[in-house]
Amino acid sequence: MNRKIISLQVLVFLAFIFLWKSVIFIFDFPEFILPQPETIFIEWCSMLKSGLLLEHTMVTLSETIIGFVIGVFLGIIPGYFVAKSKQIDQILSPYLVALQTAPKIALAPLIVMWFGFGISSKIIIVALIVFFPILVNTIVGIRSVDKNLLDLMKILKASKLQILRLVELPASMPVLFAAFKTGITLAVIGAVVGEFIGSNKGLGYLTIYASGLMDTPQVFVAIFQLTIIGILLYLLIDFIEGKTIPWYRKGEEDVVKTSKY
Amino acid sequence: MGKKPVKALDNISIDVEKGDFLSIIGPSGCGKTTILKIIAELIKPTKGKIIKPDDFEVGYVFQNSTLLKWRSIIDNIALPLEIKGMKKQEAYLKAEEVMNLVDLGEFKDSYPKDLSGGMRHRAAIARSLVYNPEILLMDEPFGALDEPTRLKLNVELNRIWIKTSKTVIFVTHNVSEAVFLSNKVAILSKRPANLKKIINIDLPKQRTLELLDSEKYIKQVLEMRKIFSQYAK
Repeated sequence: MNRKIISLQVLVFLAFIFLWKSVIFIFDFPEFILPQPETIFIEWCSMLKSGLLLEHTMVTLSETIIGFVIGVFLGIIPGYFVAKSKQIDQILSPYLVALQTAPKIALAPLIVMWFGFGISSKIIIVALIVFFPILVNTIVGIRSVDKNLLDLMKILKASKLQILRLVELPASMPVLFAAFKTGITLAVIGAVVGEFIGSNKGLGYLTIYASGLMDTPQVFVAIFQLTIIGILLYLLIDFIEGKTIPWYRKGEEDVVKTSKY
Repeated sequence: MGKKPVKALDNISIDVEKGDFLSIIGPSGCGKTTILKIIAELIKPTKGKIIKPDDFEVGYVFQNSTLLKWRSIIDNIALPLEIKGMKKQEAYLKAEEVMNLVDLGEFKDSYPKDLSGGMRHRAAIARSLVYNPEILLMDEPFGALDEPTRLKLNVELNRIWIKTSKTVIFVTHNVSEAVFLSNKVAILSKRPANLKKIINIDLPKQRTLELLDSEKYIKQVLEMRKIFSQYAK
């Protein structure tokens, strides 16, 4: 990135802070409606120092990551079989469409009812939300494998496992990684919503708790922290993608099609 | 679903002898590829059969190079050996041998995206040769290349054919390419494809770019074009 871009990015940030402060000044908002940016920053520092913020962050982070990993595995395995078998596809496709349309987040209260206020109910919510985009994109990825490559493998008398390992899996990696990126963002949302509904730990819990006390700076701190988690997890996947599929460069050859739901 | 079956091939009988370079030409969409796919046992014919020796392996070169983007060139070329369970070291040794044959020796660690179209096709040819199949099936392999690259590859393919004495069945709709490469050319009609004629090409075995300007070659091409257009319409 060149210097000009970076300085303009800083400028946009400063403009945003300026706008924030002017809104407070013009409408004369009290601290509990809209706190000053520096108040939020000071609150963030002190919560970080006390270790409280880290504790809640770790809870939300582990719910997100564990749920994400489970959701990925649960999505990839049936996705492969749906992609490979026309019959399984035909049997399941109406249900898949129905499940895709259903707002999974609406199931969150039920899951908290069934699995309690602890970490497990949040992991289940996250896994459920992540499951669908991974499933759909696995199907897209496996189906998008070049027909000639499959013919080649047939001519070489490759086994099904060899075809999966040598061709289908690597060929669908770009689509899968795009789905992982969508999935990780959804995973954070799932964890937070789960915590909203019933919990005593985590950044979602912190948000609800602080808003009940009208402690607006703390609400902003929790949101800020959630944003950081989201960005870091996204970058982590981006990094793993670069390491796993260095042969794939975005926007170069084929356009990767992904579907969010 | 809802697709009507189409009769692609009808009444085709061709003898291919060991060491032949047979080109099959016909109007596009007439079913030339189908013949190769039947020989490679990718599709089963509803009627008729391919008579061939036991333990018969084919090498197949597709219209596009069909390389695995995530593998380096040497790993692409060694792929057939890896599938057959050969040890990596031994497979690499054989892969390097064919890479030298197609003049790709320096590019073994490159990835397909770093190679030009012509080089990718050479890699695909090397991959089809590495396990030493009895016969090479080539499905319009140079159709998408520009003219100079195609001519260069034609000369090279001729050289490889002579050096390895492989049997080759080559599908194309390009009459001059067929004459340039083959010792036999089979002409098919439009769908359902019928065998119209088999023509022996009377040219020296080694083909060079100078041949393109020779009277003998031009005469053969013109003659072939006449026959071809008669059946293609």
